[in-house]
Amino acid sequence: MSSAAGARLPGRIVLFCVFGFLYLPIAVLVLLSFNEAGLPTTWSGFSTKWYVALAGNSEILGAAWNTLVVAVAATLISTVLGTLLAIGMETRRRKSTGLEALAFAPMVIPDIVLAVALLTFFSRLNLTLGLHTIILSHVIFDLAFVCSIVRARLKHFDYSIVEASRDLGASGWTTFWRVTFPVLLPAIIAGALLAFTLSVDEFIIAFFTAGAGRSSITLPIQIYSMIRFGITPEINALATIVMGVSALALLISQWVNKEQMS
Amino acid sequence: MNQEPTAQEPILRIDGLSKSFGPVRAVDNVSLDIQRNEFFALLGPSGCGKTTLLRMLAGFETPGSGRILLDGTDIAPLSPEKRPLNLMFQSYALFPHMTIRKNLSYGLEMERLAKTEINHRVDEIMAVTDLTPFAERKPEQLSGGQKQRVALARSLIKRPKVLLLDEPLGALDKKLRERMQLELKRLQHEVGITFIIVTHDQEEALVMADRMAILKDGRLLQCGAPEEIYEHPADRFVANFIGVMNFISGVVTPNGSFEADGLSVPMPGAAAGPATLAIRPESIAVSMNGGGIAGSLVDAAYHGLDRVLHVKIAACETPLQVRVPAHTSADLGIGSPIHLGIDPDRCRLFPD
Amino acid sequence: MSFQASRPNLLAAPAVAWLLVFMVLPCLLILSYAFFERGTWGGVVYDFTLENFQRVVDPLYAKIFLNSARIAGLVTLIAILIAYPAAYAINRAPKHRQAMLLFFAVLPFWSNYLIRTYAWIVLLNREGLLNNLLRMAGYDGEPLSLLYSEGAVIVGLVYNYLPFVILAIYSTLSRLNPELMEASRDLGGGPVSTFLRVTLPLTMSGVAAGGVFVFVLSIGNFVTPALLGGGRFQMIGNVVYDQFLTANDWPFGAALGMVLIATMIILLFLQGRATAHASGERAGAPS
Repeated sequence: MSSAAGARLPGRIVLFCVFGFLYLPIAVLVLLSFNEAGLPTTWSGFSTKWYVALAGNSEILGAAWNTLVVAVAATLISTVLGTLLAIGMETRRRKSTGLEALAFAPMVIPDIVLAVALLTFFSRLNLTLGLHTIILSHVIFDLAFVCSIVRARLKHFDYSIVEASRDLGASGWTTFWRVTFPVLLPAIIAGALLAFTLSVDEFIIAFFTAGAGRSSITLPIQIYSMIRFGITPEINALATIVMGVSALALLISQWVNKEQMS
Repeated sequence: MNQEPTAQEPILRIDGLSKSFGPVRAVDNVSLDIQRNEFFALLGPSGCGKTTLLRMLAGFETPGSGRILLDGTDIAPLSPEKRPLNLMFQSYALFPHMTIRKNLSYGLEMERLAKTEINHRVDEIMAVTDLTPFAERKPEQLSGGQKQRVALARSLIKRPKVLLLDEPLGALDKKLRERMQLELKRLQHEVGITFIIVTHDQEEALVMADRMAILKDGRLLQCGAPEEIYEHPADRFVANFIGVMNFISGVVTPNGSFEADGLSVPMPGAAAGPATLAIRPESIAVSMNGGGIAGSLVDAAYHGLDRVLHVKIAACETPLQVRVPAHTSADLGIGSPIHLGIDPDRCRLFPD
Repeated sequence: MSFQASRPNLLAAPAVAWLLVFMVLPCLLILSYAFFERGTWGGVVYDFTLENFQRVVDPLYAKIFLNSARIAGLVTLIAILIAYPAAYAINRAPKHRQAMLLFFAVLPFWSNYLIRTYAWIVLLNREGLLNNLLRMAGYDGEPLSLLYSEGAVIVGLVYNYLPFVILAIYSTLSRLNPELMEASRDLGGGPVSTFLRVTLPLTMSGVAAGGVFVFVLSIGNFVTPALLGGGRFQMIGNVVYDQFLTANDWPFGAALGMVLIATMIILLFLQGRATAHASGERAGAPS
């Protein structure tokens, strides 16, 4: 331990540089969103006018509403499916390689491939594209992440408390609601929050499965088209809000899931 | 400063060594001499500082103050890889990605020895430790006892001046542990290297060590041969920690007699005042025909070779433990009256 | 395991059905499209052909593919070179601080990808922060065109995927029994040989996991090349995008997608093999 004390300084320098690299671009963005002039060239004073401008932009508000609809719906469905899948996988007698691969695939498959596959699939079925197709698609990877988080909790789960509950006279159903579920709840909430964040931020699959027309544009799609036109102070403000929401959801997720771990 | 001839000089002299972690004094001004070719045990309850002391010797902790003299030179400033002593880790710390042969040759490769020399020494150590059949296996393919031998061989192959062993038998089951205690002692004899072993198991220390040191809260309480410590513990803690001990509170009268309720033991020369009498279970005799201290049998535990009787006497809240041969007193029922005799010569007296 | 043991398959069924219908089936569908012909006006003609795969190895596309692989390789290498020291430093930090450091290292990864890429447009453009800093430092030539270059794409990709590599390497480092490193020091190994012969080999699985992830996501990326590489900069992901959304040649796009999937599967397989080879890593964990 203490022979490593001398090695602390280089470690600190490394961490300082890496965290600088990770957070400097974000910090600049956040700072500029409060810049009166809005442009990176000069700082002309603190202002929240770009946030006010956002609030009056009906396109952005519409996209934000769509994003919320997609994220909430996809989160609800994927939390239920992902949790059940996690319990199912962890209580199997034997590990099934096929099942493992199926639950792992959504996390590693390149988004572009999944996106074009879904586009092809939905058009083959002559399904009208819209918010519902985005929701159907988002559930795929959302449920995989929920499943992996709940499984992590199940791995540390002491199954003897379930047996104790049965031994004390509770039925399987009662045992689930009074013993298993409360123990898993923090992981389920953490998984749901992560799924929500992923859905709010997801761009590629939404872009391919949204179809034409403004009615199904989500925030990331809106941001993408704005970015392609260049830098505007509104994007800075919007970006700051979106990142703030994600960071908050993750902080809560982390906090909830840690509470009972120790 | 020390001009004595080398044969008498300790191989390792620990001189006023201290180490604090924040407000905690993990090792508090410990001084010890360890003799050449000695099997030395550092014994104490967990948290007593014995592991910290060992890690300072190996170089993984920097001493707060004090010196570590190995053959007269202070090695405290040296980094671990430059110290001519080796540590056998509690977890064995075998490199999981290397074969047994690779694990064993690692330390010699670090000395940049010639290939042929390395191979020769690896073969030799594998023969001594019965590891030859496992040369090409990975550590995970070995049993606990085999891993332990690899860890030992990997340290010994460097021919260190002193080998440090951190709870070397802790991970083994009871049977294997007892066998390995003797095995370690035999090996130490064969290679002629000074061993310093850390353990919390007093029985293990008694069986293996030539001499041992008892530590508590970072301080050295007593150092000596096992018999000496067992027979003449320096204080109540040592007396209680090593083996089983009965304690009886009472007073020593001015005329040199230890008195408690219904019990009187002559202790000529003892200072008057409140005191505690300590006596081993095997030093108490049971007399069937009356006479001696009256008590009643509370419990009896059969241990195969002998039987431990728990006898309640008036002088003492907790029943005394009395060790008797198993074949005697078999017919005594719980609650039977019993009489005990105490041999004053085998008692220790600690003034309160 | 009496815990609902009779019903695990029933519990898994809804999710499995969802994944089969909305992931496996669509993937099989585009796999089949890859073997069909393109219709004259877009769309698909259901005649078997291998022509799409022949076009993949056509020099024009092979070049794009190799270039994408080269860029993805560079990104992977740079990300590992930055992430390893960072993960190492986090692992050496006091125990109570490690969770927090790790959380903040990974936090950006979960925030919006587009925004993180956009942040680099803000930094790198001709009126951007870096050019401004240069001007302040006394540089008075033409503003540097840092944006819309291969370098910008590489920086953007490294930036976006770095947190994951840190996480992957940290997770193997933290499971490593520190006594292994001490044992190496004790046996006479200096800091450098200890790192090269003990620490690095035992954490290769984390390096490989992080590396494969970055490589796969980089080679198929189309957002970063489109935003930071400029309009004409093409990686294989952009070609797929074009086939589906502008050129309307779905069978060829599908074939390219299959090549990406195949690359991913091969790399994951190799990574699995490498991890199995460096076995005993788990045995090295403190018990």
